Amino acid sequence: MTNLTNIGDLLAHAYQIEIEAVERYQMLADQMEVHNNSELEKLFRKLAYHEGQHAEEIRTQMTDANVPELKPGEFRWAGPDSPEAVDLGDIHYMMTPWHALQLALKAEQQAFAFFDEFRRSASDPDIKRLADEFAEEEEEHVAMVLKELEKYPEPDDDWDDDPDPPVSPE
Amino acid sequence: MSKAQAVAYKQGDYKSKVKPIWCPGCGDYHVLISITRALAEIGVAPEDVAVISGIGCSSRIPAYTNCYGFHGVHGRSLALAAGLKVARPDLTVLITSGDGDGFSIGGNHFLHACRRNVDMTYIVMDNRVYGMTKGQPSPTTEPDWDSALSPGGTGLRPFHPLVIALASGANFVARTFSGDPNGTARVLVEAIRHPGFSFVEILSPCVTFRPDEKEWKNMVHTAPVEPTDDAARAARRIMTDDGFNLGVLYRGHRAPYQPEIGTASVDVADLEEAFLL
Repeated sequence: MTNLTNIGDLLAHAYQIEIEAVERYQMLADQMEVHNNSELEKLFRKLAYHEGQHAEEIRTQMTDANVPELKPGEFRWAGPDSPEAVDLGDIHYMMTPWHALQLALKAEQQAFAFFDEFRRSASDPDIKRLADEFAEEEEEHVAMVLKELEKYPEPDDDWDDDPDPPVSPE
Repeated sequence: MSKAQAVAYKQGDYKSKVKPIWCPGCGDYHVLISITRALAEIGVAPEDVAVISGIGCSSRIPAYTNCYGFHGVHGRSLALAAGLKVARPDLTVLITSGDGDGFSIGGNHFLHACRRNVDMTYIVMDNRVYGMTKGQPSPTTEPDWDSALSPGGTGLRPFHPLVIALASGANFVARTFSGDPNGTARVLVEAIRHPGFSFVEILSPCVTFRPDEKEWKNMVHTAPVEPTDDAARAARRIMTDDGFNLGVLYRGHRAPYQPEIGTASVDVADLEEAFLL
């Protein structure tokens, strides 16, 4: 488990999770824009907007706390990257909203797990209260993505068939 | 007070507004993240960094950064970068390349850049294929890689960049995987800070022409040994590994090449005079 021992540390990490999520979704939206998948571009921009709102909420909480300014290598994540990170290798130029939402769902579930584990192990009541708040927020995000997923059935196996592929087998 | 001390730079400070046109899923997106993360970690001002490249998908990186950049001639990025670093030793010089640009077209420059040991960092995104020109085998392609453009495979022994770098005198040699952007950023920080010529091979899958490379994320592993400063020992380790060992493999102590500058007895006008018609 990540060793975050004070409110400032927790806020710095929570803010970084959201800022990285905004940047990541913007990057994915840009990829889809460049590859003319406008439906996915809009979806990724919407996800970036929601993450940005959450980042802003955290930022307002940071004004009164003693939040350290951490360099990228100073963040103490439980894994190799921040909990909302997605594998950019899973992106495909013909991916559908169902695929994009699956990625988002995984990211939100990882973020929830991060704060959930943290609130369970925290002994300081103030830290526990804040971790509770963040965990509940991430839980809401999970619910929001699941609700959005109801609109999109899982695509057929041939979803990535391209009549004009970038590489020809012959 | 230096600029680095006065300003805490964020990763985003090193990104330009130009949208990358790589294929979605390309490992090079992660490499861009790692480079900007490493620069933020070091805290060098964007205007004190120059990113130099040749030709190929990976060579597009200078446009995607907010640093000074030069998207140069195919395979000649190292010559350009060495000239820049010698003339402006105050700059942090990064060179971004791919396995085709770096080891085939620019193969000779690679040898001599290692030998000269100018203080700069060479980042090669190795996807074992020429992606930009639609999937020809490159110097690092496996001999049995079967494709429309190389039926049955080339049958050629792959180039071994890490061993070549060691044999030629590189002062820092490492291998990383694009799918681990934080791990790659940590190695890049070390490579940039290490004096002399640092060579970092980043395994970066080409999802379009080498979809089989998506499996790399299940094949890479941390090198089970500590970095060494013994080049012969490092070479033996690298020659016998499976090609997926990650980490810093060699740290040398050779002094970087840096001639005295500003001592020329002729000025630019004198030089130009010789070329006047």
